[in-house]
Formats: sequence, C-alpha cells, structure tokens
Amino acid sequence: MSLSPLQLCLLFSSALFCVGLIGALARSNTILVLLGVELMLNAANINFIAFWRFGPAPSPATGVMFVVFSIAVAAAEAAVGLALVIAIYRHQKNIRLQEAVRLKG
Amino acid sequence: MLMSVTAAHVWLIPALPLLAAGIGALTPRVGRRLAAGAAIVALAVSFLLSCGALVTALADPAAHLVHNFAWFDLGDSAVRLGWLLDPLTAFMCVMVTFVGLLIFIFSTGYMHEDANFTRFFCFLSLFAAAMLGLIVANSLLLLFICWELVGLASYLLIGFWFHKPEAAAAGKKAFITTRIGDLGLLLGMVWLYDATGSLLFYDGGNGVLETNALGALTAQFTIGGLAVSTAIGLLIFCGAVGKSGQFPLHVWLPDAMEGPTPVSALIHAATMVAAGVFLVARVYPLMTADLPLTGVPLHALTVVAAIGAITALLGAVIAVGQSDIKRILAFSTVSQLGYMMLALGVGSWVAAIFHLLTHAFFKALLFLGAGSVIHAAHHEQDIRRLGGLRRPLRVTFATFAIGMMALAGVPFLFSGFWSKEAILHAAHGWTVSPLPLYVALAGVVLTAFYMTRLVAETFFGTPRSETAEHAHESPATMTVPLVVLAIFAILLGFLGTPAWPWLQARLEGRTEIHGHSLADGAGLMGLSIVLVALGIGAGWALYGRRPRARAAATDPIEGRAPKLFHALRQRLGFDELYAATVGRISDGLAALADWLDRSVWDGTIRFLARLGVFAGVVNREADEDVINGGFDAGSEGLRRGANAYSHAQTGDAHGYLRVVAIGFVMLVLVVMLGGGR
Repeated sequence: MSLSPLQLCLLFSSALFCVGLIGALARSNTILVLLGVELMLNAANINFIAFWRFGPAPSPATGVMFVVFSIAVAAAEAAVGLALVIAIYRHQKNIRLQEAVRLKG
Repeated sequence: MLMSVTAAHVWLIPALPLLAAGIGALTPRVGRRLAAGAAIVALAVSFLLSCGALVTALADPAAHLVHNFAWFDLGDSAVRLGWLLDPLTAFMCVMVTFVGLLIFIFSTGYMHEDANFTRFFCFLSLFAAAMLGLIVANSLLLLFICWELVGLASYLLIGFWFHKPEAAAAGKKAFITTRIGDLGLLLGMVWLYDATGSLLFYDGGNGVLETNALGALTAQFTIGGLAVSTAIGLLIFCGAVGKSGQFPLHVWLPDAMEGPTPVSALIHAATMVAAGVFLVARVYPLMTADLPLTGVPLHALTVVAAIGAITALLGAVIAVGQSDIKRILAFSTVSQLGYMMLALGVGSWVAAIFHLLTHAFFKALLFLGAGSVIHAAHHEQDIRRLGGLRRPLRVTFATFAIGMMALAGVPFLFSGFWSKEAILHAAHGWTVSPLPLYVALAGVVLTAFYMTRLVAETFFGTPRSETAEHAHESPATMTVPLVVLAIFAILLGFLGTPAWPWLQARLEGRTEIHGHSLADGAGLMGLSIVLVALGIGAGWALYGRRPRARAAATDPIEGRAPKLFHALRQRLGFDELYAATVGRISDGLAALADWLDRSVWDGTIRFLARLGVFAGVVNREADEDVINGGFDAGSEGLRRGANAYSHAQTGDAHGYLRVVAIGFVMLVLVVMLGGGR
C-alpha cells in the first residue's frame, strides 16, 4: 500500500497526539503533563501545516500564519502553566498533580 | 322690630329653644344656672317673637302668610319646606311659649334637687323647639319631622327617672303606642304626596290645602268607595289619635305620668297631646273636603267625631275610679282631648282650638298645682293619703280650685265654661247625629264630679298620712307660675264668649265680630249649668260632706258598687285587653321572628360561614400541597442534581483530562462511523 504525503503527515500527527495524550493522562508530574499537552498542541499544528501544504489550493502563507499564532498562544500558556506549577510547588512542596485537588489553601 | 315678624322670620321661634337645647346638652352637670337660664331666656324671646307674629297675623287674619324654600332636589322635583304664619299658628305659638315659659320657671323649683337638672332643661328646650317647629311648619313633611321629635322628647322626659322601672316602661309604652298612629300619618303623607305631588300646606294655589289639590283629591275614589281625601284624612287622623291619646290608643297617656310633673303639665297636658288636635285643625280643609260629596259611605269628620265622643266619655268615666292625683288629671286630659276631637268632628274647628287654648292654661295650672302638692307632700301622689292641704298650701289650693272650676265648667267666670259651651253648641248644631251632644253632656257631669272628688279628697278633710301633715307651701318659683296661669285660666274665656267671639272670628279669618246675645243658646247653656251643678253637688255629697277618715277607708262609690269601681280602677281593662290580644300577638310574632332569626337566618349564615371555612381549608391544602409542594419538589430536584454534579467536580486534573480524552475518542468514533460527514 502506498500512502500519500498528506496521509503520512496525518498518521504522524495522530501518533504524536496519542503520545501527548497518554503522557498527559499517565504522568503525575505536573510539568510532564504540561509537556503532554504541548505535544497534543503540536500534533494539531502539524495538521494545520499538512492540510495547508497538501491541500487543493495552497495559498502563500495561510497555514504558517495559523501555526505561528498557535505557537505564540502555546508559549503564553506554557508560561502561565509553569507559574502555576511553581505556585503549586510552593504550596505543597511537590508538584504531584493528583495532590493538587483543592482550589482553596 | 318686634312688630315686623313675618313668615320668613318665624323659624326663629323654634330655633331659639333648639339653640338652648344645644347649650343645655353641652353644659356640664354643675352648670345648672346656665342650662336653665338659656332655656328660659330662649323661650322668653320666642314668646316675644310669637307675640310679634300674632300681631302680624291679626293684621290680615284671612291670609296664610308663607315662606317656602327648597330643601333638596330629587331628580326633577325639589322637596320643599316652608314656614306658615296665620292666626292658628300665631295663637298656638303664643300659648306654647307662654305656658312653656311658666312651666320652665316652675321646673327650676320643682327639679331643684335633681342631679340631672341640666339634662332636664336640655330635653325641655328640645321639646319646645320641636313643638314650635310643628306649629310653624308649612309642610306636612316638616310637621312630621317635628312630630317625631316631640315624640322623642316626650319619650326622653317620661323616662327621665329611668332608674324607676315603671318610668322606663312608661316611656317605651308612650313611644311605641304613638308610633302605631304615626304609621298612619306617614302613610297618609306618602299617599298625599303621591296624589298631589306636594306636601306644602299653602303654596300660592299649589298647596295641598288649596282648592286645586282638594278638587283632585275628592274627584278620585279608592277602596270601599271612599274619596281619596277621606282616606288620606283618616290616615292623618291616625297620627292624631296616637299623639292625642284618643281611644283606642289612649293607654299610654296615663302611664306617661311617671315623668316629672312639669313634664306632665307641659307635654302631656298643655301642648304635645294637643298636637293631634292642632294637626287635624291644620289640615281641616282636607278633612272637610269630602263633606259636599253625597253617596260616599263615610265622611272623615264622622270618624273624628265618633272617636272624640268615645274618648271624651271613656276618659271621664275612668277618671272617677282613679286615686293617683296625676292619673286623675291624665284621664281628664284624655277626656278633654276627646272633647276637642269631638268639636273638630262636628265641624267647629275654632271651638276645638278655643278649648285647646283654654285647656292648655287650666290643665297646666292643675298639673303644676298637683306638682306643688306632690312637692309639698314629699312625693305622695295618692289622694287617699293626702287631705286637709287647703290650710298649709293656701296659694296652691286657691289656684288649683280655679283650675278645677275652669275644667269643671263653672259658669261665666271661668274660661273652661266658655270653651266647653262652644263645643256643646257645635255638637248641638251637628245634623248627622245627636249622640255626640249627649255624650258631651254626660261628660260634663262626670268632669265636674271627678274634679270635685279630687279637690275634696286632696284639700279638705284631715291629713291622712305623716307627709300630708307636715306639708308646707312651695317656693315662689313654683307659686308665681300658678298664680299667672290661674289669672289666664279666668281671663282667656272672655276672648271667645258668644257675646264677643273675638278669638273665633280671628281664627276663621274674619276681622268683624258677630256677637250673639247670650239668650240665643240659653237653653243648652242652662242645661249644662244644671249638669255642672249636679256633678259638683254629687261629688261634694259623696266626698266633701263626709271626708274620708283614714287612708284605707272604702271609697263611697266602692261601697255602693264595688264591681263597677274596680273596673274603673283597672281602667276598664284596656291595658289587660291589649296585653292579651295585641301584646300576645306581638309576643307570638316576636317569638316567631326569634325562631326565624335563630334557626333559619342564623342557620343559613352559619352554613355559609362553614362553606367559607371549607373553601378556605381547600384553598390552604391546594396552596400548601400542590403549589408549595410543586416548588419544593422542583427545588429539591435542582439541589440533588447540583449535588451530583458537585461530586464530579473533584479538583483532580487527571480526572478532567480523562473525561476530555474519552470525549475525544467518542468524537473520533462518531466522525469515523458517520463517514466523515
């Protein structure tokens, strides 16, 4: 069987999403959960690029523009997430996500 | 100013005593001088105004001066009232204010020790106002209003000593008995208004006593072939029967003597009871309107004459058997009022009014004399326990004797003689029946007899009780009015002698006076003089010559005819008869009404109330169970749902992620199985 480049890209991004998802679900380290979330986000970004690059009417920079915005948002999100992680650490002296269940200190 | 009292001013005559009554009502108990002073001054001014009104009225005696005004509008028509000034009004006003004034002055002495002195004068003034209003009214409606007001004042004053059960009962009896007659008057008034559209007596040709209305009233006929005027006249006469104590409604008047004696003198002798006579005289054109009709079954005046004759005889007969000084006088009043009605009935209203005026003076004199005796003898009213009072009570005795002779009709000098003569002559001239004349003549004997008995028992003989022995003359406030009234009891007769009938001429609206020689009616006059002498002689023979020795001694008549005497003492059983018939029917109706009220109406009301309570309970249940319950259940569901959701909110980020993942997987499955659409 022969796969088109688009299909290959989609398979890759699906695998990446699954890796991210499992990482986010299975790890108890909050930072690793955030990493998983980032991986899932990147899988989406790859999809943007793939559909732009192998789509029916590729226009000059549409997919790239989406991805640039997405990465910018993801960076901001990572900053907020890391700040939260630090706050959690200060509060409970570790960063185990399953222990961070209370909204109130 | 005094000489220019016109019809537009006569309202002042009743208004002043009304003002005094208001002052008396607002005066505290200690303000005795203020209350009595206001009453006396107001009545004195009213008296002067009445004299002015008399001068005005006599200037043109034939005229009916009126002042009418609209009281209020009723749809298209206005209810109109008015004042009337004619010789009848003026003479009555002068009499009422003058006699009233003397009685007011007497009362200051008689009621001196009473705790409710101010209230007494308030009521007296109210009475005077109502009575004067009744006299000056030019509207049957206004007359009726004042008529009820005098009834109210009478009720209040009879029951003035309401702590005595007899006085309270007598007040009620008077009020209710006269109310029976008043119902007739009210019906007559309504009918009259219906038939003529007016209640004004004189209204420039449109009044009910003027030719147009009377013509209309005699042209129509009602049940039994009576002319409408006859029927209305008889209904109005019902009011007069009640108020003037005529048979069969005479029973209240003797009981009314439970009131203070000045009240008996003013209201139940001189003025109010004469209101019935005045009323018939006032509506005389209506009463006589049916006389020209032939073929009608009844003329109104025939009934008046019959009732008057029965009452005149009945009162005189019962008076013979009484032993309470005031009750004798009360039955005498009943009898004399019967005479007046008789005079009205036989067609001589001027004789009736003449007798009304003279009677007012001498009967007021007699009552005040009786009051003086009662006052002197420390409220002993039983003539059997009095006696020998002529020596300690000289002034009272002299004036009482004058009153007695006037009432008995002692010839020539006394006013009662002349007015009674006028009635006898009128009865003699009546063509319908000679019976009233015979009755009146019989009454003359009886009147002379019972008055002689009264005087002999009270003033002659020896004192028959402690109180009578220690009697002393009353103060000047009481004796002076007696003297004044005694003078008028003599003089007044000379205004209406057959030789110079000034009063009769003026009342009839004539300015010239047709005197007769006394010889014209000498036969009848001689007969009546003989009868008076017979009555006095018989009375003296039985009671004066051999005075009663002890209070408990048998009455001479009782010794000769015990059954008759006991029947008279029991007032011929009218009270018992009424108690057994009307009273029992009334009791039965009251019991029926009571039963209806308690079981039927009350039951219905209670059933409705239960229904209401039931509806309330249903409403409450519906409210609590259905509406409240519904909301409660809804809220509970929300609460439970929220609770359940709150359990999902664990705070465990992995849990959330798992849900997201499962959701994602399901989304992918849906997309894939749905073929990408």
